[in-house]
Amino acid sequence: MSLLEEMNGKATALGIPLSSQLDITWRCNERCVHCYLDHDGKGEMSIAEIKDVIRQLAESGTFFLSISGGEPLLRRDCFEILEYARSLRFNVKLKTNAVMIGPKEAQRLRELGIEQIQISVYSHRAEIHDAITKLPGSLKRTLNAIRLLRAEGLKVSITHVMMQQNASDGMAVRQLAQDLGVAFVIDPTITPKLNGDRSIVTLGLIGSALKEVFQTEEFVGNVEEYCAPVSTVDEDVLNSSSCSAGHTLVYVSPFGDVYPCVQFPMPCGNLREQTFREIWRGSAALTELRSIQVRDLPTCSHCDHVSYCSRCPGLAYMEGDMRGPSSADCKKSEARTGIRSAGQRHKVGYC
Amino acid sequence: MQFTDKYVAKSSHIASRMLGDESIIMSSVDSTLFALNPTGTVIWEAADGTTPLSRILEEKVCAEFDVTFEQASIDAKEFIDKLAEHGILLVSDLPIPSKEVS
Repeated sequence: MSLLEEMNGKATALGIPLSSQLDITWRCNERCVHCYLDHDGKGEMSIAEIKDVIRQLAESGTFFLSISGGEPLLRRDCFEILEYARSLRFNVKLKTNAVMIGPKEAQRLRELGIEQIQISVYSHRAEIHDAITKLPGSLKRTLNAIRLLRAEGLKVSITHVMMQQNASDGMAVRQLAQDLGVAFVIDPTITPKLNGDRSIVTLGLIGSALKEVFQTEEFVGNVEEYCAPVSTVDEDVLNSSSCSAGHTLVYVSPFGDVYPCVQFPMPCGNLREQTFREIWRGSAALTELRSIQVRDLPTCSHCDHVSYCSRCPGLAYMEGDMRGPSSADCKKSEARTGIRSAGQRHKVGYC
Repeated sequence: MQFTDKYVAKSSHIASRMLGDESIIMSSVDSTLFALNPTGTVIWEAADGTTPLSRILEEKVCAEFDVTFEQASIDAKEFIDKLAEHGILLVSDLPIPSKEVS
């Protein structure tokens, strides 16, 4: 067991939100075709409110803090927020499109000791990347920023969201990441909009395209191991919760709303009305979520994929039942192994 | 000068948090992650750059844990050397003003 796993186990036992994501704005200078947010900044928290939230997260035990958005650097006080978070000794990750990062910003991020800058790159081709972000020149600006960040010695990770528009570009973006000396992570899931609109989900990879991703060693490592079905299910799996959302992970919106995760829009409380501790300890929604073990999932507990499925309870929640299957993850499990999931069979009346 | 006459201070280039009675610390320089046991956590919390290590050991470690000053000194040296190697703790013959902790 790694030290990080030990920490997570201890945080789970103690009920500590070890990792938090704080979106400081939903405003953005890009308009990505697959984005799950609206970009209205009306009513977002003031700098004083945000600092108070950050202070409360520190008191509650958060160690890993992701500052995200929207585009966080659109807030003029973004660096003040980052500086405050670092003064409270958080391990801070910044999620940004980086188009507003020049030499001064890169230097400041290095001085603040930001752990990692996470940046989405959709393609190595400007015509594809810029068509997805709908911001002309965005790829060039993003790549320039990555070079500046690397020159400062900062750790950068490129997240490559895969969708139909860029389906053939993954390997080239991976090579680009290698050339830039940065980490590379794929994300083959398109999340529905937080307001429930599922129209953007159709942009995601399906069928053979998704299977091809999971058959590519450069994306998943050992393909044989990754795609091998595992039929044995032990008690540890059945007694576990399917993800850390609401257990050791929490999300706070720019308006003070608390959710288990950015991908899990189940209202748990608002920090303008209650303290974080009151919400984290007392929310009925969080209490219910924490009570759910894999064995309680009526469909998924009997699924062939249960021991390795990446089932997201937030995506399931957005489909109407947080105890139900998440169709995106059912498709991923099928693409990995060639075996239909219990959730898919259930939908077509096989059981 | 004895090792216990030195001063220790936390670097500002770290992330840290209490997790129960232990501490987790990550160096932002090399991303090394450390988990400190309760004894290490007491030293870490007291490492303010102005209190001599000898006083930290006497007043915090020996007072709270069943250990002699000699043994505490030996263990503390090993512990502090390791953290100093990763730039997590700063060690000095003189008090370390907070503005110099970087």
